[in-house]
Amino acid sequence: MKTLNIIETAYRATLEEQDDPVLWIMHALKGAGAEQGVVLRANAVNYTVKAQGVPPLAIGARRQQQGPRLAEAVSGLIGKGVEVYAVSDDLTERGLQSEELIDGIKMVRKADLPALCGGYDQVWHW
Amino acid sequence: MTDYLMIESRDPFDSGDVANFLVLAEGLSKAGNRVTLFLVQNGVLPARHGVRSAQLAALAGNGVEVLADSFSLQERGISANRLLPGVKAAPLETVVDRLAGGCKALWH
Amino acid sequence: MKDKKTLTFMLMDAPFENARTTTAMRLIDIAARRGYDINVFAYEGAVYLPFAAQKQHANAVHGHDVVQEDHPLPREWVEAVVQEAAKNGGRVDWVNCGLCVDERGAVDTVAGVRRGSPADFWKMATSSDNTLVIATK
Repeated sequence: MKTLNIIETAYRATLEEQDDPVLWIMHALKGAGAEQGVVLRANAVNYTVKAQGVPPLAIGARRQQQGPRLAEAVSGLIGKGVEVYAVSDDLTERGLQSEELIDGIKMVRKADLPALCGGYDQVWHW
Repeated sequence: MTDYLMIESRDPFDSGDVANFLVLAEGLSKAGNRVTLFLVQNGVLPARHGVRSAQLAALAGNGVEVLADSFSLQERGISANRLLPGVKAAPLETVVDRLAGGCKALWH
Repeated sequence: MKDKKTLTFMLMDAPFENARTTTAMRLIDIAARRGYDINVFAYEGAVYLPFAAQKQHANAVHGHDVVQEDHPLPREWVEAVVQEAAKNGGRVDWVNCGLCVDERGAVDTVAGVRRGSPADFWKMATSSDNTLVIATK
């Protein structure tokens, strides 16, 4: 079974979780043998930005040691053979240029999403 | 032809991403798939004619079956005679029917 | 009775935070009444849905004591769908994501809930007639 995972929500609980829980479960499902594709759309296209980083976070004396590395999380999926797409219209709307993005992202236009959905057995929206 | 069930739980007043979900529904329908858009929770709000209803009305007129959860409509005081043309009230059982039928199901 | 099916639901929302929780439980209830086999993978805050320590309370704004307010608790709903499915010849396999349980301290659950991992979700999804992911926002 091949699943297409459309990820829209971004930066929800990523500091507390030290990752994006949906990107994380994509890694875990890949490890469990899942055959999957990922589409980043809406604000989640920002996960392709190389320059993402987390300023040091401390609440009282409790400092965070392992902040989320979201661009690496996306690159890691690509490295594991997951096809990762970003919706080009959403990148443009957010003022993002291709040179700002990590390598290996496949572009898909909003208008081409239906065809992409057709290539998978199930489409899960996150 | 593939059956798609697209469940929209959010409304365009609250989320700009609703528009893109409806565009996807339209695109899937134009690509020859059978698409049902099932509105639930605040997703039923634009089914009562208002300033953000145009996209929904266009979908209903363009081959997408648009259903609205009866429970959610009743919660929000939206009676059947206030629904946009082409939008029908339906029980949530419809979602389980379609899931059981093996459609591709997306929740937004 | 409808033909028996197996459905998988992926839930992410903590209780009392969003309408998605109630809609999800309504869907699971419908499937339970049909006697379907139902898999639930509770991820993130959804691991609190079957949390055993949930307690009813009175409501002074409503002018109700505890009994009058009769506040339904998500853990009761989890127990109820487990019972409903069994009554109709089906079953509910409710799996709480273990790491999500650990970080939230949501260890104590009602009966019928087991700890698992994303591998369980993948097994559920690949052995079901369909899967619905209800993600949080």
